[in-house]
Amino acid sequence: MIGRRTLIGGGAGLLLAGCDRVVQVPAARRILFAGEDMQRGLQRALMDRSALAPEFDAAQRSPFFRPNGTRDPGTANYAALRAGKFADWRLTVGGLVARPLSLSLADLGAMPQRAQITRHDCVEGWSAIAKWQGPQLATVLRAAGLRDAARYVMFTCADLYGGVPYYETIDLVDAFHPQTILAWALNDRFLPVMNGAPCRLRVERQLGYKHAKYLMRIDAIASLAGIGQGKGGYWEDNVDYDWYAGI
Amino acid sequence: MDAPPGTIIRRHAIGTRIWHWVNAVAIFILLGSGLGISNAHPRLYWGRYGANFDPAWLELPRFPGWITIPASYNLAISRRWHLFFALVLGFGLLAYMVWSLVNRHFARDLRLHRRELSAAHLRADFRAHLDFRFHDPERPRDYNIFQKLSYILVIFVALPLAILTGIALSPGMNAAWPWVLDLFGGRQSARSIHFLTATGIGLFTIVHLVLVILAGPLNEVRSMLTGRWRVPE
Repeated sequence: MIGRRTLIGGGAGLLLAGCDRVVQVPAARRILFAGEDMQRGLQRALMDRSALAPEFDAAQRSPFFRPNGTRDPGTANYAALRAGKFADWRLTVGGLVARPLSLSLADLGAMPQRAQITRHDCVEGWSAIAKWQGPQLATVLRAAGLRDAARYVMFTCADLYGGVPYYETIDLVDAFHPQTILAWALNDRFLPVMNGAPCRLRVERQLGYKHAKYLMRIDAIASLAGIGQGKGGYWEDNVDYDWYAGI
Repeated sequence: MDAPPGTIIRRHAIGTRIWHWVNAVAIFILLGSGLGISNAHPRLYWGRYGANFDPAWLELPRFPGWITIPASYNLAISRRWHLFFALVLGFGLLAYMVWSLVNRHFARDLRLHRRELSAAHLRADFRAHLDFRFHDPERPRDYNIFQKLSYILVIFVALPLAILTGIALSPGMNAAWPWVLDLFGGRQSARSIHFLTATGIGLFTIVHLVLVILAGPLNEVRSMLTGRWRVPE
């Protein structure tokens, strides 16, 4: 007779291994991955469109804001921009817009600013609190004038992953959220290179990998289908991270 | 209460049985995938923030592949399992609670009576446990006091706490329900409590399985599948 302990231990092992087999079955994988749509639907139903992420006071900030992902894009183009203190850097705003823009750091600084002390949550589990400043993305998008077909906003970055620029997308709910800013300052100083200089996205109701660093282009797009492998971001396309990173 | 030893009685209502197994699967997957997620950043903090340069109150070991889902480290897939079955756990518990109020399962089986909480009764029941006697021959259908207390603790404290601390980890839900975050004193505190609660639920599950074996696994498992339970000798 098989010992009861063996039975339970072995049973648990089989179940765990079973989970790995289940993920290989396309239909089961689709059901499991539909969890993302359920979570997004629930969260959007429970939260006001413009509900704010918690903000903190200066004393509640992390002593050090941990960088993550790329610490320095290291390309010749980026090195040149960096050497010139980003005076030659331009943020291109295009795609489905009426008036394409090319914005310098000074242009961003001349727009109405929003400063916010918010918490950055990495998908891995850690959090860091810091102060960010920059114009709202909504200001820039209104200046460019979105065409009716635009449904998403895509961010293309200076850092390369596998030879391809990092990219991320958000929908218009988050793009026009009051806390979604193009941050050029971190804790009252110009954004350091390790944190995405000269400008990064802050999209405060989602996890860190959505907050694209080293911004180069912003494009209004109609669908996620045409970019990368169609899932809306580098990590989404390559390692199955959720496109909706509100949880 | 005429249920002499050997007779078969109806022990568990259909709602209780369905929830038991749905929840068992959810707990199993949530614990396995949770350990996989822990491996991504195995440090726990108190307060609102916490990252590598901040002091951790606990550094967790790297959990081996035989207890994580998936077996080989993959944060994205661990999260997919975890966040899908979090919904199964949450809405399953909600449905079970409503069902158990309607069919009076809570009122009938989990309500504590004064006499059960007397020191004498607790002592007597504790001694009975040491003798592996888990049922009062006078009232074989009733849960014993330790059973009641542990079920109450799991159903009304541990599971809701795991769900609420989980909600507190979501930046989206922080905007929707900021009070959940305040309840636990910040996201990293909520993450620590989430881990501690999960540990408690894991320990409960182990004790629960051991007691099922000691109480007679065939009879106990059958009662949770069919509802029919044989009163022990």
